[in-house]
Amino acid sequence: MSTLLEVNGVSVSFDGFKAINNLSFTIGLPEMRAVIGPNGAGKTTFMDIVTGKTRPDVGTVRWGEMGHSLLSMSEAQIARAGIGRKFQRPTVFEDQSVRDNLRVALKKPRGPFSAMFDRVTVADHGRIEEIAVEIGLSDHLGRKAGILSHGQKQWLEIGMLLAQDPKLLLVDEPAAGMTTEERNHTADLLKRLAQSHAVVVVEHDMEFVRRLDCRVTVLHEGSVIAEGSLEHVMGIERVIEVYLGR
Amino acid sequence: MGNSIFVRNRSVPVFIAVLALVALGVTFLSPAYGTGALSVSFTKVLGMTLCLCLAALAMDLVWGYCGILSLGHFAFFGLGGYMIGMWLMTARTEAVIRANLAESPIPPTEAEVSQATALQIFSVVGAEDWPWMWAVSDSLFLSLLLVVLVPGVLALVFGWLAFRSRVTGVYLSILTQAMTLALSLYLFQNDTGLRGNNGLSGLQNIPGAEAIGQDRLSVWFFWASALALGLGYVGAAWLVSGKFGNIVRGIRDDELRVRFLGYPVEVYKLVVFTLSAMICGVAGALYYPQAGIINPDEIAPIASIYLAVWVAIGGRGRLYGAVIGAAVVSLLSTFFTSGRAPDVDLGFYEISWIDWWPVLLGLGFVLVTLFAPRGLAGLFDYVVRRQDP
Repeated sequence: MSTLLEVNGVSVSFDGFKAINNLSFTIGLPEMRAVIGPNGAGKTTFMDIVTGKTRPDVGTVRWGEMGHSLLSMSEAQIARAGIGRKFQRPTVFEDQSVRDNLRVALKKPRGPFSAMFDRVTVADHGRIEEIAVEIGLSDHLGRKAGILSHGQKQWLEIGMLLAQDPKLLLVDEPAAGMTTEERNHTADLLKRLAQSHAVVVVEHDMEFVRRLDCRVTVLHEGSVIAEGSLEHVMGIERVIEVYLGR
Repeated sequence: MGNSIFVRNRSVPVFIAVLALVALGVTFLSPAYGTGALSVSFTKVLGMTLCLCLAALAMDLVWGYCGILSLGHFAFFGLGGYMIGMWLMTARTEAVIRANLAESPIPPTEAEVSQATALQIFSVVGAEDWPWMWAVSDSLFLSLLLVVLVPGVLALVFGWLAFRSRVTGVYLSILTQAMTLALSLYLFQNDTGLRGNNGLSGLQNIPGAEAIGQDRLSVWFFWASALALGLGYVGAAWLVSGKFGNIVRGIRDDELRVRFLGYPVEVYKLVVFTLSAMICGVAGALYYPQAGIINPDEIAPIASIYLAVWVAIGGRGRLYGAVIGAAVVSLLSTFFTSGRAPDVDLGFYEISWIDWWPVLLGLGFVLVTLFAPRGLAGLFDYVVRRQDP
């Protein structure tokens, strides 16, 4: 396992409020990691920093074997380097068909002129069908994404992430709005992905995290306060304190 | 050709068929080639309307598809007109000067002809030399190139600055208003080289076509405008029907998502904005030879706002909506403001349509927004849905 992403000593504050405070985080390839923490712990800000949406005040974010800094790259460049992100609120192109959503996400050249002359090849078609089966939307390929249920939109966004074929997947609350059965399917899907990808899952639902059966990083007030297996971190007094209140 | 744009976008064959029928109809009613039921000036109005439709089509690309509410698109339209106008005026004036000097005992030198032409064109603003921006006005080819290049480059530079700084929404709209206002004010000055508020005139006289006559020219220009609109429509439909269209609509609906999929959003916006400015330039270059005159008032901020209103009334994001909106509203506008509509005398008050047209337009805008939020073209949806459930 080689180091894929290394976040070191990162801090960021908004109007004096320290959202992230001297945070360090490392993930290898392949690996699955769950990030938990109470509201306002800085989980989403952490993802914003890695994906280039927010610039940290201090610290380094290094990527890949060569250790390239992500801080000077735009969101789109970071995404092309191989970091995919699923947002907390499902964000899909509601006005477009499921098929078109997946087609836009497919890993292909991203320039405007490539897009103008793009044709759906047999391979593209096969890949879209394959992903549709994986996310359970085979029967909905022709429908507009806007009429899907909340859980289906979540899956479509995960499917777009699959189509993008990133090295690192940042997944923000994937199980929200899903039935138990759907959650189990999602957890299985993420686990399978983690065999060949690095996957970071932010989640509130402990049952879901338990099912992921992976290393857990606990965030609180912008810093890592514990790391290890779920059983291990849940046994630490500080974590219990943070979660249950003092 | 199962993948042809005529199959992929069902509105294309219908649109081309309707446009061809209109062109045939106008030809059969024109004074030069048909019954003469249409006057020369009304044929020109129809041709100009098609140019406005093309500009609205370009506006729909940036606003309806890419979500950029540009309120400065008439600047590009006007610039296209100015670029072709320089050639028209130069060539026409030079021909007149040559004809006059032909009588003189000593044949004039080229320099004398050039000087006399410049004096003729610029004496109205107290100048007698060619301003730098007329450098290529003697070449039709280069002038035609400028028709697309000047709006294109302006859009490219303006767009690059604005999109790179991630200016969006109402702020971008205000910037585009400022751009067209600044350009208009600049051109109003007498010493900027484009004859200030006099503008360029006599553009209906096409050099080399003096013998043809306006009755035939008006139909030719109508055909040219119809051809440009048809080509523009096919091109725009092709652009928005493929993956490029998916991405651009994605930018309109959820810019962040597109960014995080790895697409350079700014580049896409720039491509759409610049292309649409170039289409506007072509539309303007066809419009002003039919109008006969262009002056800086044409690119006042209100003109660009009207363009947005046409697209909104017609229906955004469906190409034909923009065309319908521009055609209906601009023809009604001509009807009410040119004195064709009879004034209504109420005894105590006389409704003069020239004054009441803006009220009528505003009322129409409100009604469409309330009762047909998808625009006039959106009403087709009900018909189509009834046919194939």
